[in-house]
Amino acid sequence: MRTISPARIVLIAATALVLIYLILPVLIIVPISFSSARFLTFPPPSLSLRWYQQYFSNPAWMQATQVTLIVAAFTVVIATPLGVAAAYAISQSKLRVMRVIHMALLLPLVVPIIITAVGIFFIYARVGLVATLPGLVLANVMLGLPYVVISVLAGLQSFDPAQEMVARSLGMNRLRSFFAVTLPQIKSSVVAGAIFAFISAMDETIIALFISGGQYQPLTKRMFTALRDEIDPTIAAISTLMTAASFMLVLLASARQRKSG
Amino acid sequence: MLALVSPALLVILLLIVLPVGWLAWQSIYHDGFTLEHYRRILSEDIYWRSFALTFEISLLVTVLALVLGYPVAYAANAVSKAWSVVILALVVLPFWTSVLVRAYAWLALLQRTGVINQFLRYLDVIGEPLALVHNTFGTVVATVHILLPFMVLPLYATMQKIPNDLMQAGASLGGSPAFTFFRVFLPLSLPGVLAGSTMVFVLCLGFYITPELLGGGRTVMVSMLVSRNVELYNQFGAASAVAVVLLLSVLLIFFVVSRFISLDRVLGQK
Repeated sequence: MRTISPARIVLIAATALVLIYLILPVLIIVPISFSSARFLTFPPPSLSLRWYQQYFSNPAWMQATQVTLIVAAFTVVIATPLGVAAAYAISQSKLRVMRVIHMALLLPLVVPIIITAVGIFFIYARVGLVATLPGLVLANVMLGLPYVVISVLAGLQSFDPAQEMVARSLGMNRLRSFFAVTLPQIKSSVVAGAIFAFISAMDETIIALFISGGQYQPLTKRMFTALRDEIDPTIAAISTLMTAASFMLVLLASARQRKSG
Repeated sequence: MLALVSPALLVILLLIVLPVGWLAWQSIYHDGFTLEHYRRILSEDIYWRSFALTFEISLLVTVLALVLGYPVAYAANAVSKAWSVVILALVVLPFWTSVLVRAYAWLALLQRTGVINQFLRYLDVIGEPLALVHNTFGTVVATVHILLPFMVLPLYATMQKIPNDLMQAGASLGGSPAFTFFRVFLPLSLPGVLAGSTMVFVLCLGFYITPELLGGGRTVMVSMLVSRNVELYNQFGAASAVAVVLLLSVLLIFFVVSRFISLDRVLGQK
């Protein structure tokens, strides 16, 4: 039998501790959200759904939820086709300028979001997009594009462009051959990119802090404001729901990616 | 092909290039050209201290993320496929949880009446609750937590490409496990270390939510200077100048790093 070296034990212990550090804070909000106590007590004195009730019966929270879902949905609907078209062009074209464009599309990951947020705020203030739904959607499309582009480019890498050539030589035009031959094969990475763009829009906070207002405030902005004032356990309930939604979407996306190999 | 990229490119130009360009313009122009805002950043204590603090915190966070992240990436690479999937899942899932939710979770854990203080008092280890949050400590703990996946994923990607034969060759030639690790594996994993460290450091430089919610007003990072100058004082020129200096720092770091490794490697994650 193989003996386990001390170094290996240390490695396993260290890894386990770090993984606990990573996952524990995400899990701790679940029992807090089901606690009956007004103040944070752990373990909770008894279980209750009062914070979920508070959330679902509060018109302000409900309106914010609606804004978040509408913005995230529109973001996906716009960012996905733009990102797919861009990724396709980048992978097929041999133009030198495409490398620069590729880098430009990744800019939202490079520029600190606080800077983007303040800049967008100044521009929106000039054109009247502050505190509007289109303003929020546009900003989130910009933030979501890199996820779609990265995911679809990875998908296109394992796709053989010769197949599309064949379809075209058999008389299909470029558009039809893309939809009939290419798209079905990169579908998984398109869906994964779309899911990541959705999560990105759902979680986005900093730009919303600057440009959203009035009735068009997403959930994250209201949560942030509430957190600054006092710690309301309703936020634990909302956080639990948001985390559950993210987890399910990520599992969906990774299951799709694995299927495509 | 250019027609296909142009809608996406237009979004990027209008919503990031133009806004950032506007900031740069606003930082030097206000009824005439002026470098007043930059002079203030250089001369006024509060700006100077904030930049210094931000770089210190970013460095600390990067080192901590590397120390915590390296063993995890190493383990994910060394164990069987099934365990590796489990480890990576535990790294990636928090990654896709809202930063705001995680900041809230850390508040719940660290505050005076929080989970950790209650637990320690229950065990009678401490009499008075510890001040774990609303200070730099709380900010660092939560920021490392949020940025750790950005370290682990590039490390793991690099380690996966290190051929196992090399370690076996080192061992068969008489090298102890420690020797082959330090002389063969570690040097080969350095590109991953650089990629992960760059991403963590740069993201930390611009971090806003954790210092704002967990710093208790004392940990004024550069991002907070920007937002306060906009929201509280309506000092748009000053905010723009701070933003420009921060952006230039970030771009300079990326430029220097790109001399050593491909930037795709740094940005390819998430």
